Amino acid sequence: MIRVTRKIEFSAAHYYHNPDFSPEENRRVFGKCSNPHGHGHNYTLEVTVAGEPDPATGMVLDLKELKEILQREIVDRMDHRHLNYEVPELAGKIPTCENIAAVIWNLLEPKITQGKLDRVRLYESADLYADCTAALNGSGPHATGGRR
Amino acid sequence: MTQPLKISLTRRYCFSASHRLHSPQFSDAENQRLYGKCANVHGHGHNYVLEVTLSGPVDPATGMVANLGDLDPFVEREVVEAFDHKYLNKEIPEFQKAVPTTENLCCEVYRRLKEFPKARVERIRIEETSKNSVELAGEPVGAE
Repeated sequence: MIRVTRKIEFSAAHYYHNPDFSPEENRRVFGKCSNPHGHGHNYTLEVTVAGEPDPATGMVLDLKELKEILQREIVDRMDHRHLNYEVPELAGKIPTCENIAAVIWNLLEPKITQGKLDRVRLYESADLYADCTAALNGSGPHATGGRR
Repeated sequence: MTQPLKISLTRRYCFSASHRLHSPQFSDAENQRLYGKCANVHGHGHNYVLEVTLSGPVDPATGMVANLGDLDPFVEREVVEAFDHKYLNKEIPEFQKAVPTTENLCCEVYRRLKEFPKARVERIRIEETSKNSVELAGEPVGAE
């Protein structure tokens, strides 16, 4: 099996706030990420697709097609947006790296028809990233979708 | 239908330390042959980069596998403050016995971090330089 990875970047604003928490709890749990005016990041997204190369083309998938899918599904949806207000898939979820990675997985997984989505890695900064993969045998830690 | 997903979170830390690779089981000539310039008696140093990967359920109330407000002080206390600007061979008790290779450093860092109470430590990765890195997989889920 071969894994192919494509990288894209997008920039977006967010803040962390749980309406079930008091203002003090929000500040204690989320720290400076709870600033209601929001803040932003340059996100780097690495999308890995696994499969066997097609003998006719030598490709697991057409990278141009993957680039178009990433542009349409992720960049057009999230770039220069406020993730708390402008991305319906994140409505009701706290836009952490973990939750955004899971949303990206769910957006991309049905669109990838050549090969199989293997891993979504989302960097919020050079020092922090979340990985989303399929859970093995349905066991292990699950992303709950983080719906409050 | 929503597929069950697994989420992990990786955080990167840096520390600088010196070490010397030398095993008392070998003669000086054998140490020199085995470890080369890393056996230099006066030691040498690296800017280490540590990646800590945590996994577990995403808490719906916070959207997080673990709060960095909990992880950062834990790693700072257990590893970064303990190792930064130290001579590993002399100042870390475990390396008075074990040779402070990046492999052994990974094991020692894992030993110090595996009890993190908020999530499972799934992986430790240490870059000794941008060209050398060592990874250690944490104990599987359910292991004692």
